[in-house]
Amino acid sequence: MTTTADHPTPEAAYPAHYEPPRGPTWRLFFGPGLVRGLWMAALFFVLATLLILGLRWWWSWEPLWLTEVVLAMAGMVAAPVGFLAGIGAFDYWLHYIVGRPTRPEDHSGHGARSWKDYFRVNTDHKVIGIQYLVTTFFFFVVGGLMAMLFRAELAQPGLQFVDSQTFNGLVSVHATLMIFLFIIPAFAGIANFVVPLMLGAPDMAFPRLNALSFWLLPIAGVMFVSSFVVQGGAFGAGWTGYAPLAEGQPLGQTFFNMGVQWAGASSIMTALNFLVTIITMRAPGMTFWRMPLLVWANFTTSLLVVIATPFIAGSQFFVMFDRILHTSFFVPEGGGYVLGYQHIFWFYSHPAVYIMMLPGFGIVSEVISSMSRKPVFGYRLMALSLIGILVLGFSVWAHHMFVAGMADWLRVPMMITTLLIAIPTGIKVFSWVATLWRGRIHLTTPMLFALGFVTMFTIGGLSGIYLGSVPIDIAASDTYFIVAHIHYVLFGGSVFTIFAGIYFWFPKMTGRMYDERLGKWHFWLTFVSFNATFFPMHYVGLRGMPRRVSDYSAAFGDLNFLITIASFVLGASFVIFAYNIVLSWVRGPIAAANPWRAHSLEWQVSSPPPIFNFDEIPQVVGGPYEYGVPGARHAVMKVGAGEPHEVPA
Amino acid sequence: MRRGIAQLVAVGVVIAVLVTAVAVVFQWLPTSASEEFDRIQGVYWFATIISIGIFSLVSSVVVYSVWKWRVPDDDDADGPPIHGHTGLEIVWTAVPAVLVIAIGVVSAVVLARNGEAGNRPLEVQAIGQQFAWKFVYSDYDDVTSGQLVLPVGQETRFTTSSVDVIHSFWVPNFGQKMDAVPGIETTILVTPDRTGEFAVVCAELCGLGHATMRAKARVVTRAEFERWIQEQQA
Repeated sequence: MTTTADHPTPEAAYPAHYEPPRGPTWRLFFGPGLVRGLWMAALFFVLATLLILGLRWWWSWEPLWLTEVVLAMAGMVAAPVGFLAGIGAFDYWLHYIVGRPTRPEDHSGHGARSWKDYFRVNTDHKVIGIQYLVTTFFFFVVGGLMAMLFRAELAQPGLQFVDSQTFNGLVSVHATLMIFLFIIPAFAGIANFVVPLMLGAPDMAFPRLNALSFWLLPIAGVMFVSSFVVQGGAFGAGWTGYAPLAEGQPLGQTFFNMGVQWAGASSIMTALNFLVTIITMRAPGMTFWRMPLLVWANFTTSLLVVIATPFIAGSQFFVMFDRILHTSFFVPEGGGYVLGYQHIFWFYSHPAVYIMMLPGFGIVSEVISSMSRKPVFGYRLMALSLIGILVLGFSVWAHHMFVAGMADWLRVPMMITTLLIAIPTGIKVFSWVATLWRGRIHLTTPMLFALGFVTMFTIGGLSGIYLGSVPIDIAASDTYFIVAHIHYVLFGGSVFTIFAGIYFWFPKMTGRMYDERLGKWHFWLTFVSFNATFFPMHYVGLRGMPRRVSDYSAAFGDLNFLITIASFVLGASFVIFAYNIVLSWVRGPIAAANPWRAHSLEWQVSSPPPIFNFDEIPQVVGGPYEYGVPGARHAVMKVGAGEPHEVPA
Repeated sequence: MRRGIAQLVAVGVVIAVLVTAVAVVFQWLPTSASEEFDRIQGVYWFATIISIGIFSLVSSVVVYSVWKWRVPDDDDADGPPIHGHTGLEIVWTAVPAVLVIAIGVVSAVVLARNGEAGNRPLEVQAIGQQFAWKFVYSDYDDVTSGQLVLPVGQETRFTTSSVDVIHSFWVPNFGQKMDAVPGIETTILVTPDRTGEFAVVCAELCGLGHATMRAKARVVTRAEFERWIQEQQA
């Protein structure tokens, strides 16, 4: 292991401490930070606009001013780069490139001393993890409020509150935020905090890249949300952005095309970072077969991200080229192939479903095992089934296209591979319930969410079997049955596991304990209103209500009214969570280092962990889930220069 | 142990009965008005029976375990160190494999039957345009109508296409659906087996008027159909 050599303690290796430039005003304006980020974004925008206008004038292109071009290039490429340079994300690399002396890496970017440090470029994986989580929950609230707006519209047939374009925009931005700004990065946030600790590593492999990948995320989020203010309103072709509808959309569509690039780049960088960290920075003795399943889950997820994400980037670039450069990738009159978009899009977006689920599988394995006080049932098969899902996940994308008019012969093979994914997924579900069997079950809030996940995800998985079967899919595709299915998978599935993870690691992240009673209220209210919201959607869908409609047949009025009421309760249940988390973070009771008596490494250090995680590199000597095995231990830690002591304590 | 298993089975049966009640008390599927949908409903029920079994199994073990083995917060003992059971793991790999393959085979058979065009089906073009449907009867001098009228019992082949963006031709009671894609032609077969009025719905988001892109479908007797078509030709 290379960890000792690469990450010495700061005092030992770098006695010279970096001093930031003096002078408060000067420093505020020219020093790295949000202020410099904002003015540099504006500066880059103006420079790029002048460059575009200059070039267009030089070649005498008419008209001189094209809003979409300026918006896309100056607004969504140059300005974000200026912002990133301004906050200081590139400082180290730029100094290195131009030959200026680079700042000696004294790890002064590590740790957070006050809340202000969370608004700076920080290279500490624990700070970045919390930056991720707070940002993603912000966008979760924004996306959730949008959902409540369009649910209000759907409470009755006919149009009441919003017009069709606004409705389509709300639906599209809701889904886009939830996928790209909540579920995917929230898992990245949890993993950012937990995975290096679980591995016994002092940080991620590339801390500066880690910081950069976080700061790309708010850029994408701001793009998606701000699309509402431009002429024509937000992008309204759905989060799937099918061509050619997307190509004829107003200006807002560009925000989707470009926002996905930034979110995708963030995702790819993080995934590369996880892969290198997991492969090279495991503590001595931490073999692959001793890694906790959360690490396994993030390993497989990262592989999916790295392989698949470039495809959605490509699909959105092609659409933007069609819009701006008048290429004809998906324009039939120009020889384009409309279904090509869907093939490329789903080649990412089906694996994306697993990107949004596998980390949750990891979280649930940790929670169920430590709360049942039993080893994860069939650990190796659990890890192998993750690999099985990873591999099969790339061979099923066209099941989204059974009614799309693609080549007929593709349907049956894609149906078979789709159904086969039920096998590794089933193994995981059965292994979780077998882990419960004869355990000593602590029904804490994270455990409630984990068990809620197991049952709700089973429903989502089973409705997935219906949709995997081509004939049923032909009847149910593009209806509210799909909406029900994805919310059972992504809300009852992914979001429940995110809540489980937040509650489970809250004491580790903040050093304080959340309120258990409020946590249970949160779970039960969420669980009941979630089912009341999404279960009836199966019904209206099968009965004939298509998805993505602002108006619908009067026959579905009563049920939709019920769904809307339930969705408002679901929204309200989040308030309990927010209240609990904020209050507990500020003045909750101080948490013990290991409140769950779990065995994995993150629990063997203080809460919150020390700035470099481990004062001594732990020596891993066994599996992570050896509950109930007399004398078994996961790792041995040396505390200072004293005698090694055994873990778990 | 034996008593425990009996209790678990009892929990499972209660859950299965409840879930089955939900599945049969509500009428989840619209009335079938085509032979194709009759067959699809068969696959639906086949999948439903399997789903009820799996869901009851999983949720009963969860409920039973929590009921039986929940401990107070201050309990600090560990459970038995059971790491796995190869036999069980083989069972829950093999049994789902058999079940999903069974669903796959049934689905493939129904798909093939639903895609088999018999002798001379009635040819109708369904053309999508923002935001209306147009039906062209190729066998009858390209009679064009905004309303879909079909003779009962007559196998009909829809050739769908679009003049602008993607739409999706769907009559919920026919259970068949096909995207109308600009630049290519796609086909789907429907054999109406029940007279009545049904809704033609656009199922693929196609822009501002997507929600209102609807048309009427009437399934009538052969004689009424002939009369209607002659009126249109006149």
